Amino acid sequence: MTGLMLTAALGFALLCVMLALIFCGIRLLLGPTAQDRVLALDSLWMAAMLFILLLGIRFSSVVYFEAALVIALTGFVSSIALAKFLIRGEIIE
Amino acid sequence: MRRWLPTPLISLSLLGLWLMLNQTLHPAHLLLGAVIAIAIPLLVAPLRPTPVRVSRPLTVIRLTISSLIEILRSCFNVCTLILFRSRGLNTQFIRIPLDLRDPHGLAVLACIINSTPGTVWVEIIPGTNDLALHVFDLHDANWWVNMIKTKLEQPLIEIFEQEKA
Amino acid sequence: MSGFLSLPMAELSIWLALPIALLLVIGGLITFIGALGLLRLPNFYQRIHGPAVFITVGTGCFLIASMLYFSGTLERPVVHELLITAFVLLTAPVVSMMIMRAAVYRDLRARRKASDDQTDAYQFPEDE
Repeated sequence: MTGLMLTAALGFALLCVMLALIFCGIRLLLGPTAQDRVLALDSLWMAAMLFILLLGIRFSSVVYFEAALVIALTGFVSSIALAKFLIRGEIIE
Repeated sequence: MRRWLPTPLISLSLLGLWLMLNQTLHPAHLLLGAVIAIAIPLLVAPLRPTPVRVSRPLTVIRLTISSLIEILRSCFNVCTLILFRSRGLNTQFIRIPLDLRDPHGLAVLACIINSTPGTVWVEIIPGTNDLALHVFDLHDANWWVNMIKTKLEQPLIEIFEQEKA
Repeated sequence: MSGFLSLPMAELSIWLALPIALLLVIGGLITFIGALGLLRLPNFYQRIHGPAVFITVGTGCFLIASMLYFSGTLERPVVHELLITAFVLLTAPVVSMMIMRAAVYRDLRARRKASDDQTDAYQFPEDE
């Protein structure tokens, strides 16, 4: 009974995060400006981290936790680098 | 003691991080974690130019709880705004004069403001001590100024600038 | 997909399963709404507030749910999700501040190029 409830809630959460990933992807493709794309990419990282975390609950495995941690770390570094590039990257003013 | 453990809080959190990463309380890991907790603050000490002094733990706890409540409340607000009123939002930049000068205090303030959905810290305007803040749906600029000054800035001044408070 | 859905989850006591399910549903809804905001709000300065919702609150909900679930199934307290929580709480504000600043500077630069005045005084990007 509780297993069924958990499965249903988890399925719902997975569906929501999947839709969120798709929305972020659409925004990443649409643009229109560079900062929009960087923002969309950052949200895409975070949503992917949440997705992997949920998969970890789904398959009852603690291994997924490390993957989520690594995704959070690399996502932070790459977003900072991209934002920094947007601030300083244009040489000709 | 002072020489080998200049920053007890950082050492404690490093030890906690090591034990959490390994998910164990085994004595060997405790020992290794203790070595890391002592060595790393000493090695990175030259990188931290200004020492930070945190006082009033009760104020820290109160600030944490009140900002958590604020985060949940404004999360709900932003969600309803996105769902039901996404056209005609009054998105504005506002200026908030700050009294807080301590860089660590400002960093914590930036973290809290950016973690709260609906507000984003832009920058401290160069040459002044005013904060440029971006608000998702502005109804009353004075309310925001009051909220930030009394709920967030005042406790941070108490925590980080105890000689002034 | 059917195997994925029919794979039985561990049976937990109802008092643990109920908050986990609730947190999962709330976190899912918040993530969905945040990404929807990113997709359909009209300009960049509004869009930046969409992901902020799910990065703090959605992540918090999922991490607490994961903590409760693993503590229940492995029958020992599992707290290492707190690492991700602390990490996200420390880094997400920095990222949003940097992206906001990039947008502000780029807008200022574009306007300065367009109007060709060399004023260095700070002005908000939406002030005219």
